[in-house]
Amino acid sequence: MPEGVAGASGQRATRAQTWRRRGADVAAVLVPTVLFALARTVDSNLLLLVTIMVYVVLAQGVNVIYGFTGYLPFGYVGFFGAGAYGTYIAVAHLGAGAVEATVLGGVCAVLVAIVLIPLLRLRGAYFAIASLAAALALSSLVSNPSLQSVTNGPYGADLSQVFSSGGSYWTAVVIVAFAMLVVVVLRRSRLGLQLRAVRADQVSASYAGVNVVAARTGAWLLSALLAGLAGGVYAWAISTFYPTAVFDTTISLFAIVFALFGGVGTVLGPVVGAVVLYYVYNAIGVNDPQYFQLIFGVVIVVIALFLPGGLAAVLLGARRRLATRGADAG
Amino acid sequence: MVLYALIAGVLIGLFYGFAALGLSLAFGVLRVVNIAHGDVIVLGSYLAYELSTQAHINPLFAIPIAVPLAVALGMAFYRFVAPSLGRSSDPEMVSLILFFGVSQVIEALATIGFSVNQDTLLTGPIGNGAVRILGQSFPNYYPAAAAVAVPGALLVMFYLYRSRLGLATRALMSSRADAMLSGIDVDRTSALSFGIALALAASAGALSVYVNGGVAPTDGPGLTTTAFAVVVIGGLGNPGGALVGGLVFGLAEQFAQSYEPNWAGLVPYVLLLAVMLVKPEGLLGRRVRYA
Repeated sequence: MPEGVAGASGQRATRAQTWRRRGADVAAVLVPTVLFALARTVDSNLLLLVTIMVYVVLAQGVNVIYGFTGYLPFGYVGFFGAGAYGTYIAVAHLGAGAVEATVLGGVCAVLVAIVLIPLLRLRGAYFAIASLAAALALSSLVSNPSLQSVTNGPYGADLSQVFSSGGSYWTAVVIVAFAMLVVVVLRRSRLGLQLRAVRADQVSASYAGVNVVAARTGAWLLSALLAGLAGGVYAWAISTFYPTAVFDTTISLFAIVFALFGGVGTVLGPVVGAVVLYYVYNAIGVNDPQYFQLIFGVVIVVIALFLPGGLAAVLLGARRRLATRGADAG
Repeated sequence: MVLYALIAGVLIGLFYGFAALGLSLAFGVLRVVNIAHGDVIVLGSYLAYELSTQAHINPLFAIPIAVPLAVALGMAFYRFVAPSLGRSSDPEMVSLILFFGVSQVIEALATIGFSVNQDTLLTGPIGNGAVRILGQSFPNYYPAAAAVAVPGALLVMFYLYRSRLGLATRALMSSRADAMLSGIDVDRTSALSFGIALALAASAGALSVYVNGGVAPTDGPGLTTTAFAVVVIGGLGNPGGALVGGLVFGLAEQFAQSYEPNWAGLVPYVLLLAVMLVKPEGLLGRRVRYA
């Protein structure tokens, strides 16, 4: 990981380093949360802000599964849709309040992830496309007219009875904070260390006593939970939606590109990627989506060919070059 | 109804096999899943559509025009990206992301060039009448698709199993390192194979404009998923397996549409997941490495 703390490999960090690291971790959680909480005083379009926060959470979810395990989920939108529909079902059939329903949306996505655990036996492109097939199957299931009594089939879900633009906004801020916390804690935790070991060399990691399957499953369920919460709060914020809107594979595409653009495996990369690119999308993509898609495609090609570490790698590389130049001069 | 589904399944299945052949070839040689495969099919469809509506010639003439274009483009693209991919620490994942980006670029360009709406060809490839086979009546593009797919696939098989370059290609498929050691020009053979793979996709596009009831810029990912399902069912990286996969896929789809139309949309995905989880090497798979 490019953002690794100097001196952390092997020998014990000094007390000053430990404190600096803790400070950075706390700031990584607090700064985005506070900025999003204050954003409503600058931009009064709350639905736009909620949508950006939803993509920040989704990009972090992709970060958890792809950044830590190398599994690229083309079907990530499946969890998002499961979260949105879980929230709808909780409100419409269980009479839950909106916040509880959003949490249940997250639970619903985790349940779907549990059913899909066997997909983790696949790797690389097999996994990527199998997860897409699973998401498309789920979408086709949810929108099936035979399930109209549960999901209202293709006719869409209506949550207008619990609509509250302020409520969904603050819930989204809390979910962003949670997503940042998950990534920060994961990076410092035993599970995160295990995942990085598995990613570097699966066989050696398992010889060293890492339970490869359990570690990967943990990352999978965590990333599903994040997408489910994002789907739930998005459903609440837009209030009425069709299955095609919450199972749109563009959502997977956006989440993956935002994460890659910012830099996977870092804490702040996906946040920066999501905010920057979604604002660009909002400026030109809504009226001329095809030109935005063209730019997007070119960005992906450039990242793949020339910048595998994303924006974070570019910035860190520049800082390192400056640092070495300074050391040479001094 | 059984007879109808059976015949339709075989005819459409042959088309599916042909449409997936390029994906299988590209994977076999380059160990890369071309996510943009479906988008190349879409470009082939647009070529056929424009030929028919603008130049008023039979849309199937798109195939002889598309093949040399696609081979040249594919070879150039391979030469352009191969050095970067070779340097990468994880070429499989990077190429997956790369083709994902290419797919987006093609989709965007197709939208700019042809608008987002679906375009449908009103004239069939051989007139507009229905064709009767064994007392069942089919739209005439069913047998037309099969009639193009079978010789197309045979040509590829002939190339692979009866020509010197085909031999080199198969050597590459079984071991890149060994092929290089025995003096095969790996880069040239890979570039040509990728070109042929794109040519196959574009040719299938001239038929898919009928089989899928038209063409829209956003059709690409769905076509890639279908082609991937077909190839996985037969065994990834085994061109003969693609045809078997196509038949299984076509029959499953036609029977589901005849008996359970509400649930027919689920068939491709469920079939793909089932094969991947139960027999990931595919029905005909021999030695398939996990991608």
